Amino acid sequence: MNIIDLTVHELQEKLKNKEITISEINKAYIDRINEKEKDVQAFITLTTDEALEKAKSIEEKVNSGEIKGDLAGIPIGIKDNMCIEGVKTTCASKMLENFVAPYNATVIEKINSENMISLGKTNMDEFAMGSSTETSYFKKTKNPWDLSKVPGGSSGGSAAAVSANMVPWALGSDTGGSIRQPAGCCGVVGLKPTYGLVSRFGLVAYASSLDQIGTFTKDVQDTALLLNIIAGHDEKDSTSANIEKKDYTKCLKNDVKGLKIAVPKEFFAEGINPEVKSTLEKAIEKYKELGAVVEEVSLDIANYALAAYYIIACAEASSNLGRFDGIRYGHRSEKFNNLRDIYINSRSEGFGDEVKRRIILGTYVLSSGYYDAFYKKGQQVRTLVKNEFDKVFAEYDVILTPTAPTTAFKIGEKSDNPLEMYLSDICTVSVNIAGLPGLSLPCGIDSNGMPVGMQLIGKRFDEETILNTGYTYEQATKFRDNYKPEFKN
Amino acid sequence: MSIEDYETVIGLEVHAELSTKTKIFCKCPTKFGANPNTQVCPICMAMPGTLPVLNEKVVEYAVKAGITTNCEIERDSKNDRKNYFYPDLPKAYQISQYDRPLCKHGNIEITVDGEKKKIGITRIHIEEDAGKLNHDDFGQGSLVDLNRAGVPLIEIVSEPDMRSSAEVDAYLKKLKSILEYIEVSDCKMQEGSFRADVNVSVRKKGDTEFGTRTEMKNMNSFRSIVRAIEYERVRQIEIIENGGKIEQETLRWDDVSGRTFSMRDKEDAQDYRYFPDPDLVAIRLSDEYIQNIKDNLPELPESRKQRYLDDYKLTQKEADGLTASKYLSNLFEEATKISNNPKAVCNWIMSDISRILNEREMEPSDIKFTGKNLAELIELIEKGTISSSIAKKVLEKMFDDAKEPEEIIKENGWIQISDEGAIKEVVMKILEANPQSVADYKAGKDRALGFLVGQAMKETKGKANPQMLNQMFKEELNK
Repeated sequence: MNIIDLTVHELQEKLKNKEITISEINKAYIDRINEKEKDVQAFITLTTDEALEKAKSIEEKVNSGEIKGDLAGIPIGIKDNMCIEGVKTTCASKMLENFVAPYNATVIEKINSENMISLGKTNMDEFAMGSSTETSYFKKTKNPWDLSKVPGGSSGGSAAAVSANMVPWALGSDTGGSIRQPAGCCGVVGLKPTYGLVSRFGLVAYASSLDQIGTFTKDVQDTALLLNIIAGHDEKDSTSANIEKKDYTKCLKNDVKGLKIAVPKEFFAEGINPEVKSTLEKAIEKYKELGAVVEEVSLDIANYALAAYYIIACAEASSNLGRFDGIRYGHRSEKFNNLRDIYINSRSEGFGDEVKRRIILGTYVLSSGYYDAFYKKGQQVRTLVKNEFDKVFAEYDVILTPTAPTTAFKIGEKSDNPLEMYLSDICTVSVNIAGLPGLSLPCGIDSNGMPVGMQLIGKRFDEETILNTGYTYEQATKFRDNYKPEFKN
Repeated sequence: MSIEDYETVIGLEVHAELSTKTKIFCKCPTKFGANPNTQVCPICMAMPGTLPVLNEKVVEYAVKAGITTNCEIERDSKNDRKNYFYPDLPKAYQISQYDRPLCKHGNIEITVDGEKKKIGITRIHIEEDAGKLNHDDFGQGSLVDLNRAGVPLIEIVSEPDMRSSAEVDAYLKKLKSILEYIEVSDCKMQEGSFRADVNVSVRKKGDTEFGTRTEMKNMNSFRSIVRAIEYERVRQIEIIENGGKIEQETLRWDDVSGRTFSMRDKEDAQDYRYFPDPDLVAIRLSDEYIQNIKDNLPELPESRKQRYLDDYKLTQKEADGLTASKYLSNLFEEATKISNNPKAVCNWIMSDISRILNEREMEPSDIKFTGKNLAELIELIEKGTISSSIAKKVLEKMFDDAKEPEEIIKENGWIQISDEGAIKEVVMKILEANPQSVADYKAGKDRALGFLVGQAMKETKGKANPQMLNQMFKEELNK
């Protein structure tokens, strides 16, 4: 038995049977990080020393009966845009290179109260703006399946860390696809919950009306386990939904008989790589075999949603990132003679190109005289996209699409072409625009051995249906048993 | 043309800090005067990742202000971000309200020289205050104090309905009094919790178009506002009379030189890029909610005034004066619960208490003594324990610290001498020392009596009972 190959629910089993200890689990993962981090570069900050000590103390408390809870001592990776008190939270930006958060994000409070152990903060695109983790100020994370390729983004560090077995699971955030697309690229399971299901308090905002914290796991059962911990109303986040708490593990029935799955033909049209398409078609056949009712529908929203996304997200970002002004924290330029210089030089030096691009775009679309033509129109498109989804969901339980038009691409391949990079999110953004839950899970590999992601979209707050849909497929196909990342050079 | 051919048009934007216990978007206290950056948290310091949660009291207070200024209350409202960079604004945006203020289309009635006039209220919206920059303490640079960042404000925007500084003065006093009565703001002008942006323009009488206006920001004294308006209207008229044009600009009023100065040029015209704050949800108010606030409003000045006229038989002027400030009016209410001499209570408040407030540049809300103390003071005069001149001294002491008047009198040995023997002793002594005055009195100069009484008061340091002195001098002199 190799500890790092196990899922969390498997680790729980072994812990319960006293086959392994909390210290052994943590040590195994830390050894793995020490072995693979030089190749993968998934982390910005490692807290493995503290983690080992914490593991020991938690283990003692569990043994003495002081701590109960079946996730105590389980390691986790945290995307570096969530605040952990006393730990650097950089958002992969020079701007926050030395910023130590003075408080815990709500999700961190939740994993702490379960006595889970963070092994480190994972790499990402700067301020979560990007689809390849290449805009990070600090390092380029490699795809564990092929080290010359990107892990996707923006939560590329979390996706790669789970894929490379450096952590059993991780948290990420998803504004336009930033969990699902890297999950697809790295062959792991990624869930973006319904907007409002998980508190955003302590998540450094990129686009407030779209951002949502979610999970990276090895399988769907672990997704349900972790979602149980992080979901729930938070009075510190006005946009968090006050709905009844659920046990998501209970929905995993391994049965899709009679389930109605819609396949929107526009998501399989031009721009979608033929191998991605054919892999998805096989998955569709599998669902039919399993007894689901799969039908082609029309849902012609992706292009409009992508345009609306870049208007709304950039507008909100231009305002959200105003606080990085060099006054109270973060990078302050040494070159200034007056207040204006502090602002201009600190922000010019502290932000990377992609962040600047989006701030400029967002500032433009909110300017007086342009607001109606852009921001207001973007919001109208948003309503239309929601309505179009609602129409499909009036008749279907789940919508099935590719997670991304292609599998992971080469490092550097798209970094000079922002528009092409933006198209990486074409399959995922509409889900954020409509505030729906989306699950990405691996459904095969292409001829280069790169994993292909399948996206399952559900109704608002109906995570259960997509989790069961993914789980049933996973049980029938056993992707993890058949394929593993090879760290190809 | 002359200055009389012009009329002045004035509109005001008043910012009033709400007296909620906690800030508008976090749970930090709002108390004034704490050490810098001691009433802050990650939220009001705009640490990355923090989110605002609207304090419901702020909405309630704003709705109260709206109802009492005859506004329509918006059932469906929202918060918007106003984006600009300044070190006292930690998020680089102020959460305010743009196109859907909580209250709109209201008015308040003022009286100037006996004439009543309604001043329109365009809107009232809620927003957060900014922090403060301290420029003085350290030679170079500025220090940021974020205690005030996130303190709730309402901005009350008037229509350009005022035509003179007297109307502005009356409007501001009325507005301040309403806000004090409904207990939504303590309106302390020197602490900046009630401040006004003043927009002034002039036009030829009979013109229907408004002239170009200038704005003077953050004015926080009635006197300065009146002076600034008087200065500004003359300045504008002179420019026009000399063939010039008024620049639309923001001005700074300088109290020392009594002039306005240009603050920034037009290049800096800001685009605030307002948009709905995605971190906050819409504000929806039910009819029941609004009705409930209406039903629980405290008594307003108009109704108090009527009661004073009817029940206490005060004059119109006295009733106006008392009710202009909720704190003074409350003092009156408290005192008259104990004292059965409302006229005396009113006189003390309107004359000596108001005078001391003025001299000491204090707000009525700063008064430490209670209405009960005032009633006791009046009773001590009535009982003859102290004279009214001693009472004035006692009152001064009551402003210094919160002690009962009796205690102050005892501590200072101010108890009035009403003992016949003691008074007689003094009278005899004074008569002996002033034979000329005695002769004058006997020669028919009544004024001499006043002089003698005065000498006796001096001798007793004001403690002798003046009526008894008077009587005893007369008796002795007429013997």
